[in-house]
Amino acid sequence: MDKKVIKNYIINIAAIFAVYAVLKGLIYAGVITRYHQGIIVFILINVILATSLNLAVGFLGQLTLGHAGFMAVGAYVSAITAVALNANFNLPKIVVLLISLTLAAIVSALTGVAIGIPALRLRGDYLAIITLGFGEVIRVIINNIKVTGGAQGFTGIPKLSTLDNVFWITVLAVAFLYTLTHSRQGRAILSIREDEIAAEAVGVKTTSFKVMGFAIAAGLAGIGGGLYAHYIAFLDPNTFNFMRSVEILIIVVLGGMGSLTGSIVAAIVLTIMPEALRSFNELRLLLYALILVVMMIFKPSGLFGTEEFSWQGIYDRYKTRKNALHNREKKV
Amino acid sequence: MILFLQQIINGLSVGSIYALIALGYTMVYGIIKLINFAHGEIMMAGAYFAFLVGVHLGLPFFAVLIISMIGAAVLGVFIEFIAYKPLRKAPRISALITAIGVSFFLQNLALVIFKAEPKIMPNLIVKRPVNIGSLQIGTVTLATLALSIGFMIILDVFVKRTKPGKAMRAVSEDKDAALLMGINVNRTISITFAIGSALGAVAGVLFGVMYTQVYPTMGVMPGLKAFVAAVLGGIGLIPGAVLGGFVIGMVETITKAYLSSQWSDAIVFGLLIIVLLIKPTGILGKNEKEKV
Repeated sequence: MDKKVIKNYIINIAAIFAVYAVLKGLIYAGVITRYHQGIIVFILINVILATSLNLAVGFLGQLTLGHAGFMAVGAYVSAITAVALNANFNLPKIVVLLISLTLAAIVSALTGVAIGIPALRLRGDYLAIITLGFGEVIRVIINNIKVTGGAQGFTGIPKLSTLDNVFWITVLAVAFLYTLTHSRQGRAILSIREDEIAAEAVGVKTTSFKVMGFAIAAGLAGIGGGLYAHYIAFLDPNTFNFMRSVEILIIVVLGGMGSLTGSIVAAIVLTIMPEALRSFNELRLLLYALILVVMMIFKPSGLFGTEEFSWQGIYDRYKTRKNALHNREKKV
Repeated sequence: MILFLQQIINGLSVGSIYALIALGYTMVYGIIKLINFAHGEIMMAGAYFAFLVGVHLGLPFFAVLIISMIGAAVLGVFIEFIAYKPLRKAPRISALITAIGVSFFLQNLALVIFKAEPKIMPNLIVKRPVNIGSLQIGTVTLATLALSIGFMIILDVFVKRTKPGKAMRAVSEDKDAALLMGINVNRTISITFAIGSALGAVAGVLFGVMYTQVYPTMGVMPGLKAFVAAVLGGIGLIPGAVLGGFVIGMVETITKAYLSSQWSDAIVFGLLIIVLLIKPTGILGKNEKEKV
């Protein structure tokens, strides 16, 4: 591996531990209250949802409007598993959480495959519509079957998500997505976004890569849903409607389609903003919509475009600028 | 048998509302290849215009209808000018996301102005049952059916016989060629938005009268279903939208009456999925090969 890459990895891992340490320190000092911790958990869940959707929309280039459906599948599977495990075995909390999340990810990913195989034959607008349709169908099904508690909602879910485990699961999810998008498979996925026909011509199995990307996105959304279920301890099928999918899409678009770090920044901004604007709650969604439209008109590539934020990048830029200045001075 | 006939007529009247909304979707798609997600909200806006005029001015039904149509048409053209026109050359995905944003914006604007609780729509049409043999049909149902079909015929004549209508078809066929033939493309697109929005407003008013209420999210579900209808019939095709609208209205009414009211949404979307998988261009659509 390139030395630069290794250095980058080390810096990033150190940064993650530093963020975690700062968070812990602030909680210990009492600066971050329970209320703030809740917001941080929602930010992290939104990070998982947005980065996973970004894989499908940004990296794979397939606009899907049913991400909330996969989140719902994951949330319900995870909740049902945890309730069943707690009723029959006496396992430690973290084990129950891990088992339910694994199952949630598997079932969501399988749903993703089941939906992806037929849907991904379509392109562009049609794909957006069909995923929207599937998302709505999932919601109606959850609303009408017995295991999920139907329209009354699902109660009595054990509260297993804590700031610590959500933080590390989010880190793992994003790290997974980062390594995936920078691997051979990731490059195949990117080639599909750039030009599907050309990708196929050079031997990329477009269909299987599309389904794979779609399934991974769905599986991670399932994990996000599971964490949400175990944090909020109550599920209402109507929270997973079309609007929820759109909210996740807004995060991706704002951050930049094809930029994981962009999604993270956008998730932070767009989760904190409603809390900060709580006093004018009604205007908040209006503002959201306005941001989306203005963003699309003036900067359709989002905050980061397809670039990733990296310390190395900043360093490189600083260096080239310095060199340029230096050279100019020499000339003078 | 009587009950079944009654359900058929109900299905036709619901279907005609979907068809009116679907026409707006399909016309806009035909001309600028954009799924105008905000169209359901235009229908909602039309219903609110009618509510305001009906309550405060107390005008007769037709006056209310025309004012609401004009209001919605102006709104539609305005939206096109502000939000969609700058994106005409942008990737389709950007335009689609903008449309979702506009839809979100209008919904929340209505929420801020009118608040979430439903407003009672004044009785613009005198409600009483009409007896045809042993069939009993409400005046609203009949009016809905008659008005929708009337407007569809007017639209058909407009598109086929008049100059702006011909321009519209030309632009949707080939924008650049139309420009070279001296057609004012921008104005034609504006006209398309105006007509689509006005038809949406008719649907909104009829929907409001039928269910006697107006609320900020009233456009979402009918909008989505009408959109399904447009795709089902073949998006971009005017007869397709009408056919799709009637099919969806009928399927929905029949499932609600004979199967289950909870599952009707799933069945409508399931129908869409099946059609898209078998024939993505819709019932009346022609298949197009993708060129490299």
